[in-house]
Amino acid sequence: MAVIQGLLRLLVDAARDMLPIVLVIGFFQVFILQQPFPDVAGILVGLVCVVVGLALFVQGLEMGLFPLGESLAQAFARKGSLWALLAFAFCLGFGTTVAEPALIAVAAEAAQVASEAGAIAATDEARKSYALGLRFTVGLSVGAALILGVFRILKGWSLPLMIIGGYGLVILLTTVAPPEIVGIAYDSGGVTTSTITVPLVTALGVGLASVIRGRNPMLDGFGLIAFASLTPMIFVLVYGMIV
Amino acid sequence: MGLILHIGNTALTTLLDVLPIVAVLFLFQFLVIRQPPPHLGRIAVGFLYVLGGLTLFLVGLEEALFPVGETMARQLTDPAFIYGGGPVPAQPVWTDYLWIYVFAAAIGFATTVAEPSLIAVSIKANEISGGVVGAWGLRVAVAVGVAAGVAIGAFRIVTGTPLPYYIMAGYVVVILQTLKAPRLIIPLAYDTGGVTTSTVTVPVVAALGLGLAAAVPGRSPLLDGFGLIAFASVFPIMTVLGYTMIAAWMRAWKKPAGPADPSRKETAE
Repeated sequence: MAVIQGLLRLLVDAARDMLPIVLVIGFFQVFILQQPFPDVAGILVGLVCVVVGLALFVQGLEMGLFPLGESLAQAFARKGSLWALLAFAFCLGFGTTVAEPALIAVAAEAAQVASEAGAIAATDEARKSYALGLRFTVGLSVGAALILGVFRILKGWSLPLMIIGGYGLVILLTTVAPPEIVGIAYDSGGVTTSTITVPLVTALGVGLASVIRGRNPMLDGFGLIAFASLTPMIFVLVYGMIV
Repeated sequence: MGLILHIGNTALTTLLDVLPIVAVLFLFQFLVIRQPPPHLGRIAVGFLYVLGGLTLFLVGLEEALFPVGETMARQLTDPAFIYGGGPVPAQPVWTDYLWIYVFAAAIGFATTVAEPSLIAVSIKANEISGGVVGAWGLRVAVAVGVAAGVAIGAFRIVTGTPLPYYIMAGYVVVILQTLKAPRLIIPLAYDTGGVTTSTVTVPVVAALGLGLAAAVPGRSPLLDGFGLIAFASVFPIMTVLGYTMIAAWMRAWKKPAGPADPSRKETAE
Protein backbone atom coordinates (compact mmCIF):
# COMPACT_ATOMS: atom_id res chain seq x y z
CA MET A 1 0.00 0.00 0.00
CA ALA A 2 2.73 2.42 1.01
CA VAL A 3 4.64 1.56 -2.18
CA ILE A 4 1.65 2.39 -4.37
CA GLN A 5 1.09 5.63 -2.46
CA GLY A 6 4.73 6.60 -2.90
CA LEU A 7 4.53 5.85 -6.60
CA LEU A 8 1.35 7.89 -7.01
CA ARG A 9 2.95 10.81 -5.17
CA LEU A 10 5.95 10.68 -7.56
CA LEU A 11 3.66 10.59 -10.60
CA VAL A 12 1.62 13.55 -9.34
CA ASP A 13 4.82 15.53 -8.67
CA ALA A 14 6.15 14.70 -12.14
CA ALA A 15 2.87 15.74 -13.77
CA ARG A 16 3.01 19.04 -11.85
CA ASP A 17 6.60 19.60 -13.04
CA MET A 18 5.59 19.13 -16.67
CA LEU A 19 2.43 21.25 -16.45
CA PRO A 20 4.11 24.63 -17.18
CA ILE A 21 5.61 23.41 -20.48
CA VAL A 22 2.27 22.01 -21.62
CA LEU A 23 0.51 25.27 -20.72
CA VAL A 24 3.11 27.48 -22.44
CA ILE A 25 3.19 25.44 -25.65
CA GLY A 26 -0.60 25.07 -25.67
CA PHE A 27 -1.13 28.80 -25.13
CA PHE A 28 1.22 29.85 -27.93
CA GLN A 29 -0.08 27.21 -30.33
CA VAL A 30 -3.75 28.06 -29.86
CA PHE A 31 -3.81 31.79 -29.10
CA ILE A 32 -0.73 33.31 -30.75
CA LEU A 33 -0.01 31.08 -33.74
CA GLN A 34 -3.68 30.06 -33.95
CA GLN A 35 -2.96 26.58 -35.19
CA PRO A 36 -4.32 23.18 -34.11
CA PHE A 37 -1.95 20.60 -32.65
CA PRO A 38 -0.48 18.38 -35.36
CA ASP A 39 -0.83 14.97 -33.70
CA VAL A 40 -2.80 14.99 -30.46
CA ALA A 41 -2.67 11.23 -29.80
CA GLY A 42 1.10 11.13 -30.31
CA ILE A 43 1.58 14.11 -28.00
CA LEU A 44 -0.51 12.50 -25.25
CA VAL A 45 1.50 9.26 -25.46
CA GLY A 46 4.69 11.32 -25.32
CA LEU A 47 3.46 13.21 -22.24
CA VAL A 48 2.67 9.95 -20.43
CA CYS A 49 6.22 8.76 -21.22
CA VAL A 50 7.68 12.03 -19.89
CA VAL A 51 5.73 11.91 -16.62
CA VAL A 52 6.44 8.23 -15.90
CA GLY A 53 10.08 8.72 -16.89
CA LEU A 54 10.55 11.70 -14.57
CA ALA A 55 8.93 9.83 -11.65
CA LEU A 56 11.22 6.81 -12.22
CA PHE A 57 14.26 9.10 -12.45
CA VAL A 58 13.50 10.81 -9.13
CA GLN A 59 12.93 7.42 -7.46
CA GLY A 60 16.25 6.19 -8.91
CA LEU A 61 18.06 9.29 -7.61
CA GLU A 62 17.10 8.54 -4.01
CA MET A 63 17.80 4.82 -4.34
CA GLY A 64 20.89 4.80 -6.54
CA LEU A 65 22.78 7.95 -7.45
CA PHE A 66 22.67 9.83 -4.12
CA PRO A 67 23.67 6.85 -1.93
CA LEU A 68 26.38 5.92 -4.44
CA GLY A 69 27.91 9.40 -4.39
CA GLU A 70 27.81 9.48 -0.59
CA SER A 71 29.30 6.02 -0.13
CA LEU A 72 32.10 6.91 -2.55
CA ALA A 73 32.88 10.05 -0.55
CA GLN A 74 32.97 8.02 2.67
CA ALA A 75 35.10 5.26 1.13
CA PHE A 76 37.67 7.76 -0.17
CA ALA A 77 37.75 9.60 3.14
CA ARG A 78 38.33 6.30 5.01
CA LYS A 79 41.06 5.35 2.57
CA GLY A 80 42.73 8.69 3.23
CA SER A 81 44.54 8.76 -0.12
CA LEU A 82 44.45 12.25 -1.54
CA TRP A 83 45.87 11.18 -4.90
CA ALA A 84 43.25 8.48 -5.41
CA LEU A 85 40.48 10.96 -4.65
CA LEU A 86 41.87 13.61 -6.99
CA ALA A 87 42.44 11.04 -9.75
CA PHE A 88 38.85 9.88 -9.33
CA ALA A 89 37.57 13.47 -9.51
CA PHE A 90 39.51 14.08 -12.72
CA CYS A 91 38.37 10.84 -14.39
CA LEU A 92 34.76 11.49 -13.46
CA GLY A 93 34.86 15.02 -14.90
CA PHE A 94 36.82 14.17 -18.03
CA GLY A 95 35.07 10.87 -18.77
CA THR A 96 31.55 12.16 -18.46
CA THR A 97 32.19 15.33 -20.45
CA VAL A 98 34.12 14.17 -23.52
CA ALA A 99 31.27 11.87 -24.61
CA GLU A 100 28.48 14.32 -23.73
CA PRO A 101 26.11 14.59 -26.75
CA ALA A 102 25.33 18.29 -26.14
CA LEU A 103 29.07 19.05 -26.21
CA ILE A 104 29.60 17.05 -29.43
CA ALA A 105 26.87 19.14 -31.09
CA VAL A 106 28.30 22.44 -29.83
CA ALA A 107 31.84 21.49 -30.87
CA ALA A 108 30.70 20.74 -34.42
CA GLU A 109 28.97 24.11 -34.66
CA ALA A 110 32.00 25.84 -33.20
CA ALA A 111 34.22 24.29 -35.89
CA GLN A 112 31.81 25.68 -38.49
CA VAL A 113 32.08 29.15 -36.98
CA ALA A 114 35.87 28.98 -36.81
CA SER A 115 36.21 27.95 -40.44
CA GLU A 116 33.84 30.71 -41.62
CA ALA A 117 35.78 33.25 -39.61
CA GLY A 118 38.95 32.00 -41.32
CA ALA A 119 40.63 30.84 -38.11
CA ILE A 120 41.07 27.32 -39.54
CA ALA A 121 41.08 25.92 -43.08
CA ALA A 122 37.64 25.40 -44.62
CA THR A 123 38.06 21.62 -45.02
CA ASP A 124 36.22 18.77 -43.31
CA GLU A 125 39.56 17.51 -42.01
CA ALA A 126 40.41 20.80 -40.29
CA ARG A 127 36.92 21.16 -38.86
CA LYS A 128 36.94 17.64 -37.46
CA SER A 129 40.26 18.07 -35.71
CA TYR A 130 39.18 21.47 -34.37
CA ALA A 131 35.96 19.97 -32.94
CA LEU A 132 37.83 17.05 -31.40
CA GLY A 133 40.38 19.43 -29.89
CA LEU A 134 37.58 21.50 -28.44
CA ARG A 135 35.93 18.45 -26.88
CA PHE A 136 39.19 17.40 -25.24
CA THR A 137 39.73 20.94 -24.02
CA VAL A 138 36.31 21.02 -22.37
CA GLY A 139 36.80 17.50 -20.97
CA LEU A 140 40.15 18.54 -19.46
CA SER A 141 38.59 21.69 -18.05
CA VAL A 142 35.83 19.78 -16.26
CA GLY A 143 38.38 17.27 -14.93
CA ALA A 144 40.47 20.18 -13.65
CA ALA A 145 37.34 21.79 -12.19
CA LEU A 146 36.50 18.72 -10.11
CA ILE A 147 40.12 18.40 -8.89
CA LEU A 148 40.09 22.05 -7.85
CA GLY A 149 36.62 21.74 -6.34
CA VAL A 150 37.43 18.61 -4.31
CA PHE A 151 40.69 20.17 -3.13
CA ARG A 152 38.75 23.23 -2.01
CA ILE A 153 36.36 21.08 0.03
CA LEU A 154 39.30 19.35 1.72
CA LYS A 155 41.04 22.65 2.50
CA GLY A 156 37.88 24.62 3.27
CA TRP A 157 38.85 27.51 0.99
CA SER A 158 36.31 30.24 0.28
CA LEU A 159 34.26 29.48 -2.83
CA PRO A 160 33.18 33.07 -3.66
CA LEU A 161 36.79 34.27 -3.81
CA MET A 162 37.74 31.49 -6.24
CA ILE A 163 34.67 31.89 -8.45
CA ILE A 164 34.96 35.67 -8.58
CA GLY A 165 38.66 35.28 -9.41
CA GLY A 166 37.56 32.97 -12.22
CA TYR A 167 35.07 35.56 -13.50
CA GLY A 168 37.90 38.08 -13.55
CA LEU A 169 39.98 35.70 -15.63
CA VAL A 170 37.06 35.15 -18.05
CA ILE A 171 36.66 38.91 -18.52
CA LEU A 172 40.39 39.37 -19.03
CA LEU A 173 40.59 36.56 -21.60
CA THR A 174 37.49 37.85 -23.40
CA THR A 175 39.31 41.07 -24.24
CA VAL A 176 42.18 39.22 -25.94
CA ALA A 177 40.46 36.11 -27.39
CA PRO A 178 39.20 36.09 -31.00
CA PRO A 179 35.61 37.43 -30.95
CA GLU A 180 34.07 34.45 -32.78
CA ILE A 181 35.04 32.03 -29.98
CA VAL A 182 33.49 34.12 -27.18
CA GLY A 183 29.84 33.05 -27.66
CA ILE A 184 30.81 29.38 -27.85
CA ALA A 185 33.10 29.65 -24.85
CA TYR A 186 30.37 31.23 -22.73
CA ASP A 187 27.83 28.60 -23.80
CA SER A 188 30.22 25.71 -23.19
CA GLY A 189 30.05 26.40 -19.46
CA GLY A 190 26.37 25.53 -19.48
CA VAL A 191 26.29 22.41 -21.61
CA THR A 192 28.89 20.31 -19.81
CA THR A 193 26.98 19.07 -16.80
CA SER A 194 24.67 16.21 -17.71
CA THR A 195 21.64 14.87 -15.90
CA ILE A 196 23.45 11.87 -14.43
CA THR A 197 26.69 13.67 -13.56
CA VAL A 198 24.99 16.44 -11.59
CA PRO A 199 23.35 14.25 -8.88
CA LEU A 200 26.46 12.09 -8.56
CA VAL A 201 28.87 15.03 -8.27
CA THR A 202 26.56 16.91 -5.89
CA ALA A 203 26.24 13.86 -3.62
CA LEU A 204 30.02 13.39 -3.74
CA GLY A 205 30.71 16.99 -2.71
CA VAL A 206 28.10 17.05 0.03
CA GLY A 207 29.25 13.59 1.21
CA LEU A 208 32.88 14.75 1.44
CA ALA A 209 31.93 17.88 3.35
CA SER A 210 29.86 15.77 5.76
CA VAL A 211 32.61 13.26 6.63
CA ILE A 212 35.49 15.73 6.94
CA ARG A 213 35.56 17.32 10.36
CA GLY A 214 35.11 21.09 10.42
CA ARG A 215 33.36 21.29 7.04
CA ASN A 216 29.78 22.43 6.62
CA PRO A 217 27.86 20.47 3.93
CA MET A 218 25.90 23.57 2.91
CA LEU A 219 28.90 25.92 2.81
CA ASP A 220 31.58 23.52 1.56
CA GLY A 221 29.63 20.68 -0.05
CA PHE A 222 28.10 22.64 -2.91
CA GLY A 223 30.23 24.37 -5.51
CA LEU A 224 31.62 21.51 -7.61
CA ILE A 225 29.11 22.21 -10.39
CA ALA A 226 29.96 25.92 -10.21
CA PHE A 227 33.61 25.09 -10.98
CA ALA A 228 32.54 22.72 -13.75
CA SER A 229 30.64 25.53 -15.46
CA LEU A 230 33.37 28.14 -14.98
CA THR A 231 36.56 26.38 -16.14
CA PRO A 232 35.23 25.39 -19.61
CA MET A 233 34.83 29.10 -20.42
CA ILE A 234 38.44 29.80 -19.45
CA PHE A 235 39.86 26.75 -21.24
CA VAL A 236 37.83 27.32 -24.43
CA LEU A 237 38.85 31.01 -24.59
CA VAL A 238 42.49 29.93 -24.32
CA TYR A 239 41.89 27.22 -26.95
CA GLY A 240 40.49 29.87 -29.29
CA MET A 241 43.63 31.96 -28.80
CA ILE A 242 46.06 29.10 -29.42
CA VAL A 243 44.41 27.45 -32.43
CA MET B 1 5.75 0.31 -33.45
CA GLY B 2 7.73 3.47 -34.12
CA LEU B 3 7.50 4.36 -30.44
CA ILE B 4 9.01 1.05 -29.30
CA LEU B 5 11.84 1.45 -31.79
CA HIS B 6 12.41 5.00 -30.53
CA ILE B 7 12.50 3.77 -26.92
CA GLY B 8 15.00 1.06 -27.84
CA ASN B 9 17.22 3.53 -29.68
CA THR B 10 17.15 6.10 -26.87
CA ALA B 11 17.82 3.42 -24.26
CA LEU B 12 20.92 2.46 -26.22
CA THR B 13 22.22 6.04 -26.46
CA THR B 14 21.49 6.68 -22.78
CA LEU B 15 23.39 3.51 -21.94
CA LEU B 16 26.33 4.66 -24.07
CA ASP B 17 26.25 8.03 -22.30
CA VAL B 18 26.54 6.50 -18.85
CA LEU B 19 29.13 3.93 -19.90
CA PRO B 20 32.10 6.24 -19.12
CA ILE B 21 30.62 7.02 -15.68
CA VAL B 22 30.08 3.35 -14.91
CA ALA B 23 33.59 2.52 -16.18
CA VAL B 24 35.20 5.15 -13.92
CA LEU B 25 33.11 4.00 -10.94
CA PHE B 26 34.04 0.34 -11.45
CA LEU B 27 37.72 1.11 -12.02
CA PHE B 28 38.07 3.00 -8.76
CA GLN B 29 35.85 0.62 -6.86
CA PHE B 30 38.10 -2.31 -7.80
CA LEU B 31 41.53 -0.67 -7.82
CA VAL B 32 41.27 1.78 -4.93
CA ILE B 33 38.32 1.18 -2.66
CA ARG B 34 38.31 -2.62 -3.04
CA GLN B 35 35.09 -3.14 -1.20
CA PRO B 36 31.53 -2.96 -2.48
CA PRO B 37 29.38 -0.03 -1.35
CA PRO B 38 26.66 -0.86 1.20
CA HIS B 39 23.26 -1.84 -0.23
CA LEU B 40 24.80 -2.61 -3.62
CA GLY B 41 21.62 -4.30 -4.88
CA ARG B 42 19.46 -1.31 -4.02
CA ILE B 43 21.93 1.06 -5.70
CA ALA B 44 21.94 -1.09 -8.85
CA VAL B 45 18.14 -1.05 -8.97
CA GLY B 46 18.19 2.71 -8.47
CA PHE B 47 20.67 3.07 -11.34
CA LEU B 48 18.33 1.05 -13.56
CA TYR B 49 15.44 3.31 -12.55
CA VAL B 50 17.52 6.35 -13.48
CA LEU B 51 18.41 4.87 -16.86
CA GLY B 52 14.87 3.70 -17.62
CA GLY B 53 13.35 6.93 -16.36
CA LEU B 54 15.73 9.11 -18.36
CA THR B 55 15.08 7.03 -21.49
CA LEU B 56 11.29 7.35 -21.20
CA PHE B 57 11.66 11.04 -20.34
CA LEU B 58 13.78 11.74 -23.44
CA VAL B 59 11.54 9.69 -25.73
CA GLY B 60 8.47 11.53 -24.45
CA LEU B 61 10.16 14.90 -24.93
CA GLU B 62 11.18 14.00 -28.47
CA GLU B 63 7.73 12.61 -29.31
CA ALA B 64 5.61 15.31 -27.73
CA LEU B 65 7.39 18.53 -26.84
CA PHE B 66 10.55 19.15 -28.85
CA PRO B 67 8.91 19.00 -32.32
CA VAL B 68 6.15 21.41 -31.28
CA GLY B 69 8.56 23.65 -29.35
CA GLU B 70 11.07 23.84 -32.18
CA THR B 71 8.42 24.44 -34.85
CA MET B 72 7.00 27.10 -32.59
CA ALA B 73 10.39 28.81 -32.22
CA ARG B 74 10.70 28.83 -36.02
CA GLN B 75 7.17 30.11 -36.62
CA LEU B 76 7.40 32.86 -34.02
CA THR B 77 10.69 34.10 -35.49
CA ASP B 78 9.41 33.87 -39.07
CA PRO B 79 9.31 37.37 -40.64
CA ALA B 80 5.90 36.49 -42.14
CA PHE B 81 4.53 36.16 -38.59
CA ILE B 82 6.36 39.15 -37.13
CA TYR B 83 5.52 41.61 -39.88
CA GLY B 84 2.15 40.06 -40.77
CA GLY B 85 3.19 39.61 -44.40
CA GLY B 86 4.17 43.30 -44.69
CA PRO B 87 7.61 44.54 -45.82
CA VAL B 88 10.60 43.48 -43.74
CA PRO B 89 12.73 46.46 -42.66
CA ALA B 90 16.47 46.32 -43.28
CA GLN B 91 17.14 47.43 -39.70
CA PRO B 92 15.21 45.42 -37.10
CA VAL B 93 13.31 47.37 -34.44
CA TRP B 94 13.42 45.54 -31.13
CA THR B 95 9.78 46.30 -30.28
CA ASP B 96 8.63 44.25 -33.30
CA TYR B 97 9.67 41.12 -31.47
CA LEU B 98 7.62 41.42 -28.27
CA TRP B 99 6.01 37.97 -28.62
CA ILE B 100 9.47 36.43 -28.91
CA TYR B 101 10.52 37.86 -25.53
CA VAL B 102 7.30 36.62 -23.94
CA PHE B 103 7.79 33.18 -25.47
CA ALA B 104 11.48 33.13 -24.47
CA ALA B 105 10.63 33.94 -20.85
CA ALA B 106 7.71 31.51 -20.67
CA ILE B 107 9.55 28.59 -22.24
CA GLY B 108 12.69 29.32 -20.19
CA PHE B 109 10.64 29.18 -17.00
CA ALA B 110 8.68 26.08 -18.00
CA THR B 111 11.63 23.99 -19.20
CA THR B 112 13.62 24.84 -16.06
CA VAL B 113 10.85 23.67 -13.73
CA ALA B 114 10.92 20.31 -15.56
CA GLU B 115 14.74 19.98 -15.56
CA PRO B 116 15.68 16.67 -13.85
CA SER B 117 19.15 17.76 -12.68
CA LEU B 118 17.68 20.84 -10.99
CA ILE B 119 15.15 18.58 -9.25
CA ALA B 120 18.09 16.49 -8.00
CA VAL B 121 20.02 19.48 -6.64
CA SER B 122 16.94 20.98 -4.97
CA ILE B 123 16.11 17.66 -3.26
CA LYS B 124 19.69 17.52 -1.95
CA ALA B 125 19.67 21.17 -0.83
CA ASN B 126 16.38 20.69 0.98
CA GLU B 127 17.78 17.62 2.76
CA ILE B 128 21.12 19.20 3.74
CA SER B 129 19.61 22.48 4.96
CA GLY B 130 17.12 20.60 7.14
CA GLY B 131 14.20 21.98 5.14
CA VAL B 132 15.22 25.67 5.37
CA VAL B 133 15.82 25.77 1.60
CA GLY B 134 12.48 24.80 0.12
CA ALA B 135 12.90 22.50 -2.88
CA TRP B 136 10.00 24.11 -4.75
CA GLY B 137 10.97 27.71 -3.84
CA LEU B 138 14.52 27.13 -5.06
CA ARG B 139 13.31 25.75 -8.37
CA VAL B 140 10.90 28.62 -8.93
CA ALA B 141 13.65 31.15 -8.13
CA VAL B 142 15.97 29.45 -10.63
CA ALA B 143 13.21 29.28 -13.25
CA VAL B 144 12.50 33.01 -12.87
CA GLY B 145 16.22 33.60 -13.46
CA VAL B 146 16.29 31.49 -16.60
CA ALA B 147 13.13 33.23 -17.86
CA ALA B 148 14.73 36.66 -17.41
CA GLY B 149 18.01 35.44 -18.88
CA VAL B 150 16.57 33.90 -22.03
CA ALA B 151 14.29 36.90 -22.65
CA ILE B 152 17.20 39.35 -22.33
CA GLY B 153 19.32 37.01 -24.46
CA ALA B 154 16.65 37.14 -27.19
CA PHE B 155 16.65 40.94 -26.93
CA ARG B 156 20.43 40.88 -27.39
CA ILE B 157 20.15 38.76 -30.55
CA VAL B 158 17.54 41.13 -32.01
CA THR B 159 19.57 44.24 -31.24
CA GLY B 160 22.91 42.62 -32.10
CA THR B 161 24.64 44.14 -29.06
CA PRO B 162 27.88 42.43 -27.89
CA LEU B 163 27.41 39.39 -25.65
CA PRO B 164 30.40 40.05 -23.31
CA TYR B 165 28.90 43.34 -22.05
CA TYR B 166 25.77 41.58 -20.81
CA ILE B 167 27.62 38.68 -19.22
CA MET B 168 30.13 41.01 -17.54
CA ALA B 169 27.31 43.17 -16.18
CA GLY B 170 25.75 39.96 -14.87
CA TYR B 171 29.02 39.05 -13.15
CA VAL B 172 29.24 42.46 -11.52
CA VAL B 173 25.71 42.08 -10.11
CA VAL B 174 26.55 38.56 -8.86
CA ILE B 175 29.72 39.86 -7.15
CA LEU B 176 27.82 42.69 -5.44
CA GLN B 177 25.10 40.28 -4.30
CA THR B 178 27.74 37.86 -2.99
CA LEU B 179 28.97 40.57 -0.62
CA LYS B 180 25.50 41.03 0.89
CA ALA B 181 23.76 37.64 0.59
CA PRO B 182 23.49 35.13 3.48
CA ARG B 183 26.79 33.22 3.38
CA LEU B 184 25.32 29.71 3.49
CA ILE B 185 23.32 30.04 0.29
CA ILE B 186 26.17 31.28 -1.94
CA PRO B 187 27.68 27.92 -3.00
CA LEU B 188 24.24 26.52 -3.81
CA ALA B 189 23.35 29.63 -5.80
CA TYR B 190 26.56 29.33 -7.85
CA ASP B 191 25.78 25.67 -8.53
CA THR B 192 22.29 26.38 -9.83
CA GLY B 193 23.80 28.37 -12.69
CA GLY B 194 25.35 25.19 -14.07
CA VAL B 195 22.54 22.71 -13.50
CA THR B 196 19.71 24.64 -15.11
CA THR B 197 20.86 24.18 -18.67
CA SER B 198 20.46 20.52 -19.42
CA THR B 199 18.22 17.92 -21.06
CA VAL B 200 15.03 19.95 -21.48
CA THR B 201 16.23 23.55 -21.67
CA VAL B 202 19.17 23.32 -24.07
CA PRO B 203 17.41 21.92 -27.19
CA VAL B 204 14.45 24.31 -27.05
CA VAL B 205 16.48 27.39 -26.10
CA ALA B 206 19.20 26.63 -28.67
CA ALA B 207 16.53 26.24 -31.39
CA LEU B 208 15.07 29.59 -30.37
CA GLY B 209 18.48 31.32 -30.51
CA LEU B 210 19.46 29.87 -33.88
CA GLY B 211 15.99 30.49 -35.37
CA LEU B 212 15.97 34.06 -34.13
CA ALA B 213 19.48 34.82 -35.40
CA ALA B 214 18.54 33.37 -38.81
CA ALA B 215 15.30 35.37 -39.06
CA VAL B 216 16.35 38.82 -37.82
CA PRO B 217 17.78 40.86 -40.72
CA GLY B 218 21.50 41.50 -40.35
CA ARG B 219 22.16 38.66 -37.85
CA SER B 220 24.05 35.45 -38.58
CA PRO B 221 23.05 32.22 -36.79
CA LEU B 222 26.70 31.21 -36.52
CA LEU B 223 27.91 34.42 -34.88
CA ASP B 224 24.82 35.66 -33.03
CA GLY B 225 22.95 32.39 -32.40
CA PHE B 226 25.14 31.44 -29.44
CA GLY B 227 24.93 32.99 -26.01
CA LEU B 228 21.41 32.14 -24.83
CA ILE B 229 22.75 29.26 -22.74
CA ALA B 230 25.25 31.64 -21.15
CA PHE B 231 22.41 33.99 -20.17
CA ALA B 232 20.48 31.04 -18.76
CA SER B 233 23.51 30.14 -16.60
CA VAL B 234 24.24 33.59 -15.11
CA PHE B 235 20.76 34.90 -14.32
CA PRO B 236 19.63 32.06 -12.00
CA ILE B 237 22.56 32.90 -9.69
CA MET B 238 21.17 36.43 -9.38
CA THR B 239 17.59 35.37 -8.71
CA VAL B 240 18.55 32.70 -6.16
CA LEU B 241 20.77 35.17 -4.29
CA GLY B 242 18.09 37.85 -4.64
CA TYR B 243 15.37 35.53 -3.34
CA THR B 244 17.34 34.67 -0.20
CA MET B 245 18.33 38.29 0.37
CA ILE B 246 14.70 39.40 0.18
CA ALA B 247 13.64 36.54 2.44
CA ALA B 248 16.33 37.54 4.97
CA TRP B 249 15.33 41.22 4.86
CA MET B 250 11.70 40.34 5.34
CA ARG B 251 12.55 38.26 8.39
CA ALA B 252 14.64 41.07 9.86
CA TRP B 253 11.89 43.58 9.11
CA LYS B 254 9.14 41.43 10.60
CA LYS B 255 11.05 40.59 13.78
CA PRO B 256 10.42 43.79 15.80
CA ALA B 257 6.68 43.46 15.18
CA GLY B 258 6.37 40.02 16.71
CA PRO B 259 7.96 36.58 16.92
CA ALA B 260 8.86 35.27 13.48
CA ASP B 261 7.11 32.10 12.42
CA PRO B 262 9.84 29.81 11.08
CA SER B 263 7.35 27.57 9.27
CA ARG B 264 6.09 30.45 7.15
CA LYS B 265 6.70 29.88 3.44
CA GLU B 266 8.05 32.83 1.51
CA THR B 267 6.71 33.35 -1.98
CA ALA B 268 9.15 34.20 -4.73
CA GLU B 269 9.77 37.92 -5.24
